[in-house]
Amino acid sequence: MKAGTIYALASGRGQAGIAVIRISGPGAGGALAALAQKMPLPRCATRVSLIDPTDGGLLDDSLALWFPGPASFTGEDVVEFHLHGGIAVVAGVIEALASIDGLRPAEAGEFTRRAFENGKMDLTGAEAVADLVAAETAAQRSQALRQMRGALAALYEDWRARLLKAQAHMEAAIDFSEDELPGNLVTEVRRLVSDMAAELERHLADGGRGERLRDGLELAIVGPPNVGKSSLFNTLAGRDAAIVSPVAGTTRDVIEVHLDIGGFPVLIADTAGLRDSADAIEAEGVSRAEARGRSADLRLVVFSAETWPDAGPAELALIDENSIVVINKSDLGMPKPALVAGRPGVVISVKTGDGIGQLLSALEVWVERRFGHDEAPPLTRARHREALEGCRDRLREFTAIGDIAGQAEIGAEHLRMAGRALGRITGKVDVEDLLDLIFRDFCIGK
Amino acid sequence: MFHVKHIHKPDPYPTMEIDIARTAFYIPAMSEPNHHSQFDVIVIGGGHAGCEAAAAAARLGARTLLLTHRIEAIGEMSCNPAIGGLAKGQLVREIDALDGLMAKAIDRGGIQFRMLNRSKGPAVHGPRAQADRKLYKQAVQDLLAEQAGLTIIAEAVDDLRLDAFGAVTGVRTVAGRDFQAAAVVVTTGTFLRGLIHIGDRQIPGGRVGDRRAVGLSYTFKRLGFRLGRLKTGTPPRLDGRTIDWSQLARQPGDTPPTPFSYLTERIETPQIDCHITHTNEATHALIRDNLNRSAMYSGQIHGTGPRYCPSIEDKVVRFADRNAHQIFLEPEGLDVPTVYPNGISTSLPPDVQHLMVATIPGLESAKITQPGYAIEYDFVDPRELKPSLETLRTPGLYLAGQINGTTGYEEAAAQGLMAGVNAARAAANALPFVLDRADAYIGVMIDDLVTLGTREPYRMFTSRAEYRLLLRADNADQRLTEIGAEIGCVGGQRLAVYRWKSAELGRLRAIMAELTESPNSLKAQGLSINQDGVRRTAMEVLAYPDVDFQGLVKFWPELAEVSPEIARQLEIEATYSSYLARQEADILAFRRDEALAIPDGLEFTAIPGLSTEVCSKLAEARPATLGAAARISGITPAALTVLLGYVKRNDRRLSA
Repeated sequence: MKAGTIYALASGRGQAGIAVIRISGPGAGGALAALAQKMPLPRCATRVSLIDPTDGGLLDDSLALWFPGPASFTGEDVVEFHLHGGIAVVAGVIEALASIDGLRPAEAGEFTRRAFENGKMDLTGAEAVADLVAAETAAQRSQALRQMRGALAALYEDWRARLLKAQAHMEAAIDFSEDELPGNLVTEVRRLVSDMAAELERHLADGGRGERLRDGLELAIVGPPNVGKSSLFNTLAGRDAAIVSPVAGTTRDVIEVHLDIGGFPVLIADTAGLRDSADAIEAEGVSRAEARGRSADLRLVVFSAETWPDAGPAELALIDENSIVVINKSDLGMPKPALVAGRPGVVISVKTGDGIGQLLSALEVWVERRFGHDEAPPLTRARHREALEGCRDRLREFTAIGDIAGQAEIGAEHLRMAGRALGRITGKVDVEDLLDLIFRDFCIGK
Repeated sequence: MFHVKHIHKPDPYPTMEIDIARTAFYIPAMSEPNHHSQFDVIVIGGGHAGCEAAAAAARLGARTLLLTHRIEAIGEMSCNPAIGGLAKGQLVREIDALDGLMAKAIDRGGIQFRMLNRSKGPAVHGPRAQADRKLYKQAVQDLLAEQAGLTIIAEAVDDLRLDAFGAVTGVRTVAGRDFQAAAVVVTTGTFLRGLIHIGDRQIPGGRVGDRRAVGLSYTFKRLGFRLGRLKTGTPPRLDGRTIDWSQLARQPGDTPPTPFSYLTERIETPQIDCHITHTNEATHALIRDNLNRSAMYSGQIHGTGPRYCPSIEDKVVRFADRNAHQIFLEPEGLDVPTVYPNGISTSLPPDVQHLMVATIPGLESAKITQPGYAIEYDFVDPRELKPSLETLRTPGLYLAGQINGTTGYEEAAAQGLMAGVNAARAAANALPFVLDRADAYIGVMIDDLVTLGTREPYRMFTSRAEYRLLLRADNADQRLTEIGAEIGCVGGQRLAVYRWKSAELGRLRAIMAELTESPNSLKAQGLSINQDGVRRTAMEVLAYPDVDFQGLVKFWPELAEVSPEIARQLEIEATYSSYLARQEADILAFRRDEALAIPDGLEFTAIPGLSTEVCSKLAEARPATLGAAARISGITPAALTVLLGYVKRNDRRLSA
């Protein structure tokens, strides 16, 4: 493992109350100063506004903790940011950290490892963390790769195979130059590398679509109380995830479930009905529902056929181009033909199932549009992005060499480093893999 | 490399021990031990590993005994008549930097020198030379005779002597004589159950008809060493007087030849050419028709052969679309007619070999002086070794060379040198001397062997070295001579040469860091340079691809006096400076992991949190450091974390 300053999301991935990003190493203090524009007192939770140092944009209003070494988890200088737990917030801060010189994402288990090395943890601690670390080991990485959507796994595997070939052929040109190798070997490698660099470039220019794909789009079901939001949620989820009762105000908090819509992951949230409430707990639920409705990628704003087209300001505020208006309870009588915020509404009955298919189609169309149609499968993790960027950069350095035959050893060095970067996703390539390929592709040996 | 000299003997069961001189034969040494049977280090075997081991141990001041079955076979090149090549040339330079024999010997015995990969960067240049077998062997024997503190006796070894704790105390010879030593280095090549195949004929080599060879083989079995089986092959030898050279492509050597040794100023031996010919469709058809008569294809051979050195049968079968394969015709000496046709190793029967050779241009009427053959042999799983090349099983016992599953003179010699050094240090109660993967190709090879083991005869390739841009043939002395001197492995003459060069390099680096020029005036002299106003040092200017050392003189005339050797070295350093700077952090991290030693006897199953699979992999490889453990395939970061925790805790206990 390399020295330097490392950072990683220390809390779980996905939507959460808070998210903790940890930074450790000699550059931790500098990173804190760069983002927070000030240094909190050591070990004092301090509220700071995090600024993106590249463009000055506000990232989050967060808590910062500053642990100068050696009195810290790892024994080095450590910074913790307690962020609002949104995916975009976390991604923004991670990106900002990546832009700071000398900072790099932590390897699996690296914080713990540093803690050991600095005598901060004993064996009991090691055993306890081993299982956690195991989730990100190289072996499991390829497993994760297999579990990925087929197209993405196939793409990475294809890159791995091609880079392996480029490396092997370059190494053959160096180690077996006395053997009769194809005359255009190095030219072929250059073409292969240049094609691959261009593909990586296109793949990387996907605007973060892939991370979305992995964590899922957020869909919130909002609306006045007792219009059947939880019933709709359960219908979509296919199970009784939310308590459904005819009493208004049953759902007091946000309930979530992951769904597969048209092959894409969607995190669907049921929320409390939007109404003024004297009940303090329910009032809190309502304010959360409104917040969730605002932050979601898509809203199903549900009304009842009985009261359509009555709509309060809370509902109206949540209807925009990322909303689908739904009118439930058509079994109690068809709604009056009317528009709310200019929308006719999709008429359904959760009870009878009428219109549910139509709603699902509308959802699919919308989700597909959000994920977009692209032959290249997108990136799914910030770490993958970092690895692919590293790979691309070294491939570009390779293609920038004028006389690759004459500087074969330098070209090979770039490919080796490119392979190492890609290996963070696909598992490492060792010299035996290269030799296998060399001896398979060429007749070597005097 | 194996002992071909037996193959054409009339004896139906030739073995390497069959012609052992039974009487002790002494080469007078300068410091004869007081007691004739008491030594510090005993080396068994007089091949490339054994010679380097014996010489290195003696250089360190150990009273050393070299036991070999035949004095006149010392330093024999049993396979092809060449030293060096890609990656192997780096090994030879490293041996030389540590004051070993091989480079000096080939400089005396070399009859054609070529720098391979000359058109590529200096990091992958590979010095190589064809040898006159006799001259080379003579040079090795002369160098050994000059070595103080070394006794050579021609006697075969029957068994190792162990004490009650299982540690080596000496050896017993077939003649029943005992020699005592604190450390024993075994370098017996392929003698373990060697089996020679020529077509359908099999000749046990090193086993039948010789009780004493069985003795040492049995010793390894009895001690419980894990053995594997390998195979390799050799081509037929030709009589050069029957070759039609006129129709063949000539391959001359370099003029002037570049010596291997940092101490050799120029090559004095007369130089010759090699020639190149090719197989053709007629050759391939003949081979295909007779495949069932090849030992390798008739299922008689079970050992694993090297992928990089296939037999001609293999080449024809696996690369069926190729209509020609290259053959290098390498003369075996200045005054002998035999020629080594490199590229057609085979285990076809002699009558087919004869027909096959006759299909090749230039060889139509060539006479085979000795048929090619394949050989199978046992080797000791090198994961039985520590990085010092001492066995984990038997303290004081060191193994080096082909017995560890390697192939090649250079690989053997490099291991021999390290085993000799460590045997001598063990005898003097000093800590092992280990080179790591960032020090030398020697370190890469030994780490690969003792950590990963091998499934085919292990050969060095430059692609095995992570720090290839650093581990160059040109700077082996800069990397190793000083640390070699610290352990007493390097003699006075070499140290003086090295120190002068090193001081001169240091002086110039300092000067060149001070000499600066503005981008403006550099551009005025025709350099395409970024006009950023930042002054460039002479070293930075030298890093530009189109600038050589002479190019600096027009800016800084004071550099005109620098010797060409030093100037060349500085050019190479400048070429790689930016890459080496990037690599520094890598090397630092690598060394941090290497510094975390895993105790020899650590019981992995006793560590909670390691899976059974991980435990068995660790137990098999017995990694010496945390870094080595990480290189074993299937060892997860989680397992490493547990191991790290355990090792760290032990560390604290020890220091507490």
